[in-house]
Amino acid sequence: MSKPLLAVEHLDLSIGDRPVLRDVGLTLEAGEVLGIVGESGSGKSMTANAIMQLLPETAQWTGSIRLDGKALEGYDEARMCTVRGREIGMVFQEPMTALNPVRTIGDQVAETVRIHTDASRREARDIARETLNRVGLPEERFSLDRYPHDLSGGQRQRVVIAMAIVLKPKLLIADEPTTALDVTTQANILALLKRLVAEDGAGLVLITHDLAVMAGMADRIVVMRNGAIVEDGRTQTLFTTPHHPHTKALLEASTSAPAGKRQLETSAEILTVSGVVRDYALPRRSLFSPAASFCAVDHVSMALRRGENVGLVGESGCGKSTLVRTILGLDPLTTGSIEIGGLPFHAAGSKPDQALRRKVQVVFQDPYASFDPRHRVARLIGEPFHLLADAPRGKQRRERIAAALADVGLQPDDAERYIHEFSGGERQRIAIARALIIEPEIIVLDEAVSALDVSIRSRILDLLADLSRRRSIAYLFVSHDLSVVRAITDRIYVMQAGRIIEEGETERVFAEPRHAYTRSLIAATPDIERELAKSRRKAERAATP
Amino acid sequence: MLLFACKRFVSLALTLVAASIVIFAVTNIVPGDPARVMLGLDASPQAVAALHRELGLDQPILMRYASWVGGLLSGNFGVSYTYKVPVSQLIGQRIWISLPLALYALSLSILVAFPAGVLSASRRNSARDVSIMGLTQLGIALPNFWFAMLLVLLFSITLHWFSAGGFPGWQAGFFPCMKALTLPAIALALPQASILARVLRSSLLDMLGEDFVRTARAKGLTRSQALRRHALRNALIPVLTIVGLQFSFLLAGAIIIENVFYLPGLGQLVFKAIAQRDLVVVQSVVVLLVLAVVLVTFLTDLAYAAADPRLRTRRR
Repeated sequence: MSKPLLAVEHLDLSIGDRPVLRDVGLTLEAGEVLGIVGESGSGKSMTANAIMQLLPETAQWTGSIRLDGKALEGYDEARMCTVRGREIGMVFQEPMTALNPVRTIGDQVAETVRIHTDASRREARDIARETLNRVGLPEERFSLDRYPHDLSGGQRQRVVIAMAIVLKPKLLIADEPTTALDVTTQANILALLKRLVAEDGAGLVLITHDLAVMAGMADRIVVMRNGAIVEDGRTQTLFTTPHHPHTKALLEASTSAPAGKRQLETSAEILTVSGVVRDYALPRRSLFSPAASFCAVDHVSMALRRGENVGLVGESGCGKSTLVRTILGLDPLTTGSIEIGGLPFHAAGSKPDQALRRKVQVVFQDPYASFDPRHRVARLIGEPFHLLADAPRGKQRRERIAAALADVGLQPDDAERYIHEFSGGERQRIAIARALIIEPEIIVLDEAVSALDVSIRSRILDLLADLSRRRSIAYLFVSHDLSVVRAITDRIYVMQAGRIIEEGETERVFAEPRHAYTRSLIAATPDIERELAKSRRKAERAATP
Repeated sequence: MLLFACKRFVSLALTLVAASIVIFAVTNIVPGDPARVMLGLDASPQAVAALHRELGLDQPILMRYASWVGGLLSGNFGVSYTYKVPVSQLIGQRIWISLPLALYALSLSILVAFPAGVLSASRRNSARDVSIMGLTQLGIALPNFWFAMLLVLLFSITLHWFSAGGFPGWQAGFFPCMKALTLPAIALALPQASILARVLRSSLLDMLGEDFVRTARAKGLTRSQALRRHALRNALIPVLTIVGLQFSFLLAGAIIIENVFYLPGLGQLVFKAIAQRDLVVVQSVVVLLVLAVVLVTFLTDLAYAAADPRLRTRRR
């Protein structure tokens, strides 16, 4: 057997006094894709950073990291600088911030060439040009002189990839490269990574928490938990016969639908959106031309029935968030109207009705950023009370808050704690408690579980399903993640470029999508079963001569 | 970029109009009659009235404003009540001390602050960082007139390298003049450099935590290459703001240092004019300073756009 491209053995890492990695060992052959999965905090990214030796100053580590037979643990910082970028390329999670905003894309790609070779400025730019062409940013549309801010997230991620592969490194590490991207963009970026690795005969370490992405990409997978590897194996084997309970739990959580999707008798409409348009003025091109406008929401009509779970899906920039803002009464309407329970709530040219506002509450994506860190939980949860004319006071208020916390599975004395004392999943429970406390009839969940690990996500989804059963609250579930939407909604609306292009029963839309755009969205959504079947077929074809 | 510059220019002009109204109103509302000050406490009402007529103070206030602004636009700043010479001449003599001094001090401040800020930020919490930050703390805390006196004691009285004050006039040649301005410029630059170094350090430290610096390190740049090539330019925006503010301050705010070094600059002129109710001089100098501040702000805005492409192009 040949020497592996990358061999990590007995890697122990601590930051300050806190152990982060324990006895991590993994190997990767050239041409192979190794997946690292695990929940946040499991040590996936730290493993990657240790291989790159881009660690915080207080980090201490022992063990051995061999790249192509060379022992990196013996390398000092200056020598590591010659390895990074040249022999190991790295792609990061957040393409929006991974590029320097004040330098051109050509300049940033050429920089990798300039620091590792003695290519002239001119030659480096030529190489950068070729590489950008190679990652799908052709010359005609993407000149070297463009700046990152006028590229989309997917295009920026291609630039980051170009920077990583420009010198054809032997090893490419991609840390959650598509987590921040839409499904169709994600599919393209993943295909690109796969193609580049195959063309260059390099090894790829792919880090993700998304098992469906893993199923389609990785040849082998290691599962991490609390800084240690709990299981590793070939992708097919690991998915079909997982051994470690944590692997089983992860798989279960990512495929399970919350129990209790039920047949709804047709109930009364609680939210009616009719012909809503929202235009934004664009900056003027010159001093004298009239300001152009951008139609973010274009004649959208939709309805929610009491107790119904409705999905709203579409890629980023399609107008989902603007539509949500108008439904919440946070953004004015250009034309159209919104009714709640048959009463006018919000119409063009008028302010939303304050009394009806309590009927719609919202839970946002980032549970940490949406709370004031200096307020105690009791105050955070009690905030919607100001929408009530007769807000409860004193003991009654405390009881309501305790009841809301109990509803979401937290303790009454959590009311006295601060938000940073809670984990991500608990914070999202607090956000739900805040939405619930004034007994709304509609809760808008704007990417509310997108940032959560799969196991926490499935517990939150169970909680939501349970609440909806008990209180007959209608949910509007806004997400770009189709697998979650499919699992929990009764009906969905598909939005593209400000319009609703398809709507219907969730199962019907997924089984026989009518619009081409819906079909492309569904096809781009990674699905564990489909990906495994695909690679099984490929293996069979390779086996039969 | 051109549109950006035009917009900025329009707002510049509007600011100047607003400023001229405020300045004129304030100088005319403050108590104190220039004619009474000029004639002394025992002057007869007739003499005061005559002087009012002579100075044009008997006219309606709008007329006085109009003739003042009209004069400003044609370069006629009026005649000083106390010196009896055209204000433009008074300002003309003094600005050639104040302006070079401000530029000199600002250059020194930038020359010191940049290396200090970069050296501090590149090794956060190292002995180097702690000592540089300690020095800047001292630089901000020391009153600059006291520091100026220390400089005079050391370099003029003990070492005899520089004269203790005064200004030879530009006809004496460039180097003698710059030499005369050196100690005042150092005294002025010290607190400014300290502030600038601290702002640059904290701005750089913010930028060093950004994702794109991590990307640069993953490309194989050393820590200091990543700082120089990627963090520095991004860290410039807050620094430019401070530099702009400092220039305006240095131009007008050097009164104390001008006094310590016997420099006949704008600060001294305004100070005396206020004491003597020489309203024409006060108004003109203040308008000039406002113009300088507004121009510097305009240039700072253009510099922002040069430093940050996101401000240049708005949506293709």
